[in-house]
Amino acid sequence: MKVKEVVELIDGEVLLGDEKLNVEVPAAYSADLLSDVLALTEEDTLLITGTVSLQVIRVAEILGIIGIIFVRGKKPQDNVIQVAQKRLDIPLIVTKKTMFETSGLLYQKGIRPCKNRSAREV
Amino acid sequence: MEKILDFKIKGRDFINAGESTSKMKNYFKKIGISSKIIKRILVASYEAELNVVAHADSGVMEIFVDEDKIVVTVEDEGPGIEDIDRAMQEGFSTASDEVREMGFGAGMGLPNIKRNSDDLEIESEVNKGTRVKMVFNVS
Ligand SMILES: Nc1ncnc2c1ncn2[C@@H]1O[C@H](COP(=O)(O)OP(=O)(O)OP(=O)(O)O)[C@@H](O)[C@H]1O
Ligand SMILES: [Mg+2]
Repeated sequence: MKVKEVVELIDGEVLLGDEKLNVEVPAAYSADLLSDVLALTEEDTLLITGTVSLQVIRVAEILGIIGIIFVRGKKPQDNVIQVAQKRLDIPLIVTKKTMFETSGLLYQKGIRPCKNRSAREV
Repeated sequence: MEKILDFKIKGRDFINAGESTSKMKNYFKKIGISSKIIKRILVASYEAELNVVAHADSGVMEIFVDEDKIVVTVEDEGPGIEDIDRAMQEGFSTASDEVREMGFGAGMGLPNIKRNSDDLEIESEVNKGTRVKMVFNVS
């Protein structure tokens, strides 16, 4: 499934990365906690999150996240979007849907969980 | 070993935390380190930097390189860690609410540093500071 179809499916608004909507989405991961995202995400993945702080952009940059969906209608502030524009070449999408519903809709359409490490595997 | 980069880290400065990692990324790409290893180095270094920002007053990150490894050290002035074994446990955290609101403070950072590095040394003195040394094999 392509990012474009994901946007339609979740009734999303594209904040950034209009030219990247043809990218294929192999896998996704849902979390608010950036600590979890940093510790558990293994492969390149679409991030579904309710966290809109600047740090989410840094984390996406470090991990090579392929796109971010912000759920529950929470929009990152302009300065956060500006940093993303400068640093990341990926789509940022906002949806009014909850994290559960967003994840469920994507799962139903065949997007799989990203490979991740389980906690406690130190 | 040759020192190739260093960065100052300010406590509480969550805005600039992570700026250094993007400079590191460019440098490692230039010298031909694989993207998989780069990701491990960046994740571990960012976690160590965040720990200074979240828990200490100020610090310095230094990056050293030789033929077969990359070493990143992060040294800070701050409260230190009383019980390092305990701090290494997944889930142990003394992070403030401010830190948690930004999405951190799950007590995952130090275990994540350990997982992403090939060798990890932590030295700490209470009320003085902490030194974290991470080694990454690149050959
Ligand atoms: N540089 C440091 N100075 C003082 N205390 C530290 C430092 N680094 C870690 N600690 C202590 O060790 C605990 C565990 O650190 P760890 O990085 O695993 O988790 P965290 O920083 O609390 O949360 P997370 O990393 O998931 O955001 C911290 O809560 C803090 O008490
Ligand atoms: Mg930490």
